Amino acid sequence: MELLLDASLVNWSRAQFAMTAMYHWLFVPLTLGLGMIMSIMETLYVKTGKEEWKKAAKFWMTIFGINFAIGVATGIILEFEFGTNWSNYSWFVGDIFGAPLAIEGILAFFLEATFISIMFFGWKKVGKNFHLASTWLTTLGATISALWILVANAWMQYPTGMTFNPDTVRNEMIDFWSILFSPVAINKFFHTVISGWVLGALFVVGISCWFLLNKREKDFALRSIRVSALFGLISSLLLLYTGDGSAYNVAQRQPVKLAAMEGLYEGKNGAGLIAIGILNPEKKSYNDTLAPYLFKVEIPKLLSFLGYRDANAFVPGLKDIIEGGYQTASGETLSFEEKRERGKQAIQALADYQQASQKKDTVAAKMYKDRLMKNYAYFGYGYLDHPQQLIPNLSLVFYPFHIMVILGIYFIVLFAGVLILSYRKKLEHLSWLQWICLLTIPLGYVAGEAGWMVAEIGRQPWAIQDILPVQVAVSSISAESVRLTFFLFLILFTSLLVAEIGIMVKQIKKGPEAEKIEE
Amino acid sequence: MITYSFLQHYWWFLIALLGGLLSFLLFVQGGQSMIFSLSKTEDEKRLLVNVLGRKWEYTFTTLVTFGGAIFASFPLLYSTSFGGAYWVWMIILFCFTLQAVSYEFQTKAGNLLGKNTYRFFLFLNGLLGTFLLGVVIATFFTGSDFVVDKANISNPLSPIISRWQHPWHGLEALLNLRNVCLGLAVFFLSRTLAALYFINRVDHEMLEKRSRKYLWYNAIPFVVFFLAFVIWTFLSDGFAVHPVSGEVYLSPHQYFLNLVEMPAVMTTFLLGIVGVLYGIIRTLFSENYRKGIWFAGAGTVLAVLGLLLLVGFNNTALYPSATHVQSSLTLSNASSSEFTLKVMSIVSLIIPFVVIYIFYAWRALEKKRTNVEEINEDPHAY
Ligand code: HEM
Repeated sequence: MELLLDASLVNWSRAQFAMTAMYHWLFVPLTLGLGMIMSIMETLYVKTGKEEWKKAAKFWMTIFGINFAIGVATGIILEFEFGTNWSNYSWFVGDIFGAPLAIEGILAFFLEATFISIMFFGWKKVGKNFHLASTWLTTLGATISALWILVANAWMQYPTGMTFNPDTVRNEMIDFWSILFSPVAINKFFHTVISGWVLGALFVVGISCWFLLNKREKDFALRSIRVSALFGLISSLLLLYTGDGSAYNVAQRQPVKLAAMEGLYEGKNGAGLIAIGILNPEKKSYNDTLAPYLFKVEIPKLLSFLGYRDANAFVPGLKDIIEGGYQTASGETLSFEEKRERGKQAIQALADYQQASQKKDTVAAKMYKDRLMKNYAYFGYGYLDHPQQLIPNLSLVFYPFHIMVILGIYFIVLFAGVLILSYRKKLEHLSWLQWICLLTIPLGYVAGEAGWMVAEIGRQPWAIQDILPVQVAVSSISAESVRLTFFLFLILFTSLLVAEIGIMVKQIKKGPEAEKIEE
Repeated sequence: MITYSFLQHYWWFLIALLGGLLSFLLFVQGGQSMIFSLSKTEDEKRLLVNVLGRKWEYTFTTLVTFGGAIFASFPLLYSTSFGGAYWVWMIILFCFTLQAVSYEFQTKAGNLLGKNTYRFFLFLNGLLGTFLLGVVIATFFTGSDFVVDKANISNPLSPIISRWQHPWHGLEALLNLRNVCLGLAVFFLSRTLAALYFINRVDHEMLEKRSRKYLWYNAIPFVVFFLAFVIWTFLSDGFAVHPVSGEVYLSPHQYFLNLVEMPAVMTTFLLGIVGVLYGIIRTLFSENYRKGIWFAGAGTVLAVLGLLLLVGFNNTALYPSATHVQSSLTLSNASSSEFTLKVMSIVSLIIPFVVIYIFYAWRALEKKRTNVEEINEDPHAY
């Protein structure tokens, strides 16, 4: 029994969750993206009757299957890790957070599990249209499951549709639709799923270029490239658009994250966006006098415009947020100390409320409850001691953000170029471009993982924004236990990943001819 | 009237139903635990792996949904059990993770660990997954070792609400013989169901013959361990909840009395047992009978449903703490809010459609029994 909170427990629990999530995210985007591409190809087959499309669809399906299994394997751990490692969190918000997870199971997982077996084993057993529907339903199932888990994640970044109940000591849902249709949830869903589409397209274009480089399967490769470069171009444009929406949401609701993304200490009107920059590693505190950057290239006023849709809007920096006193649409902001004070009052009021209710002193209970509710918006600050705790690790947010955005722009250019050249029948002769496409595949993964780092490290110290910091969210287990499971999972996932890559490489080398065309 | 209490009962019913379905679908694990013994040649092994491999995702999905549904409807149960009995759950999850890739990867070139390692993973999952799930379910009757205090949250130095007391974090359940009985019962049940499933699915004379023999070897220990658990539980004290004060106390023969006082649950439970026994016995004694899995499967769902309703319903704690009885979780202190349960209940109306399309898809794939030639011709076979 571990009574007092132990910092290394929190760190190991975070490490374990981050590791599982990052492994999981190596597989999910490919499932989402390949799912779309193989469904489109099978549709072309059913529409045109051309066996070549069927051959292509089947080849990508084989890759999909290899990748799918391991996505499932890492996913089950995530689903249960909320309970095993974040048990306090699970009670505190289970009323809201559990619902999307359960709905995910009922609506999405069964859809996937059922139709994937028809997709793989049903070619000769069911009709063409039934098979096509099964393929689409498999992809749809994967996409819906992403929806529900992202709704849950969005809620942690922007809690809405709930109220705190001091009797049960947890947050309770009062409005399902505002959770489902929260602007953060909707935007997050599209940005994340579409990032999977982009990755799928990069993957198909890259592997097809490998066939071209090896002078094999030219028809299959060019066919695959034409479909996926077009799909990739549209997706990557949508990704830019939704990414802009993400940044806007962050600016509105998680100002610390925005400041961290840009390394912004001192707020200003008409703030510029850093195009590229290097943070000053010496800078340790939000109020020392060191300069925040060693080097930067800035696009004037763009940050204000992107975050507030007004080129001259004030963007608060980390120092402003901690010291408070600047104006926002909802009035003047509080300083960290003031928020912490109100958080402490809320926590104390909860304790007093519990005692008063136990003594059946309804008058006092009501008074404490009112005090609690008045200060509840800052509840989590009451657990923090020092303003520095409010600031996430800047380099783990700043660099990933810039890497993601730069890659996003690069992908647009790449897809556009590949598309044009493949329609002009030039691509097959340009082996340097084929090499670039092949080598770009890993960058798709880098961009997606970087995105998650921005979203999740950027919101530290919060498990739930402003309400529950991570150290209050953990389970009561020993740090050693978590460290042990961390390494067990690390070894397991790493070996499975190596195995997966090995299998994929072999399967790709076999090529689409291995998919016997059966009539 | 749809009251809060009704919704709590409805959701415990759904959890129990999912538990029943999961127990039935554990035939996949049971089958995995037999791949090294039931089959002799490589062709036979592949055949077994492939007929199981078309079903593993259902079991897996049901397990995940079981977890998700508990999280949503009884979050305190989810946080207390998973966060407390850490090691049992971690072992269970670990071996299910191993399983998830093992079908897809085993016969593919370049798979790093080799075919037999993946088959061993399947075996391990079949062995530990079934046994430990049974042990965990038994603790719903025998109790665990934890404290729940919702006042902790206002102590910033020690804010955690549920705390497991035993340093083994769940593995201590193995020290209780009654828990072990249910673990073994679930293990042998899953193997019994697997034998029935093979008899139904595989078109292979030798395998069918051996499966019939294995049915004997597994059905008998299953019945023994199951009866031992049930009789022992009926004779023991249970964790009753005072309907007004919510106080939890030990009450003699609580689970037996629950059975008697809730005729619908008794009928479900007994019908289930009859179904299981009928499926087994008829298969054992008639050479050409292959439909045993349907009776035994449906029977398993009903029997486990009935069993799980004995905790939770009729003013009984659903997840008792044996050492701090007042910390025991009940339908009312562990559930989600009324609003959440209502929303979830509306969503649950979709379940029948899910069941219908699963059934439809299952039928579409399984018009005839599977044989070795079919597997060898199918480029997607495992
Ligand atoms: C093109 C310019 C892009 C912009 C402006 C952009 C913007 C953002 C922002 C602001 C976030 C944080 C959202 C939050 O914390 O709630 C984010 C997250 C994320 N991004 Fe991007 N992004 C871009 C491109 C990309 C690319 C190319 C990928 C991957 C192929 C990607 C994948 C992700 C992922 C997976 C997340 C985490 C999930 C989420 O919060 O939505 N993004 N992006």
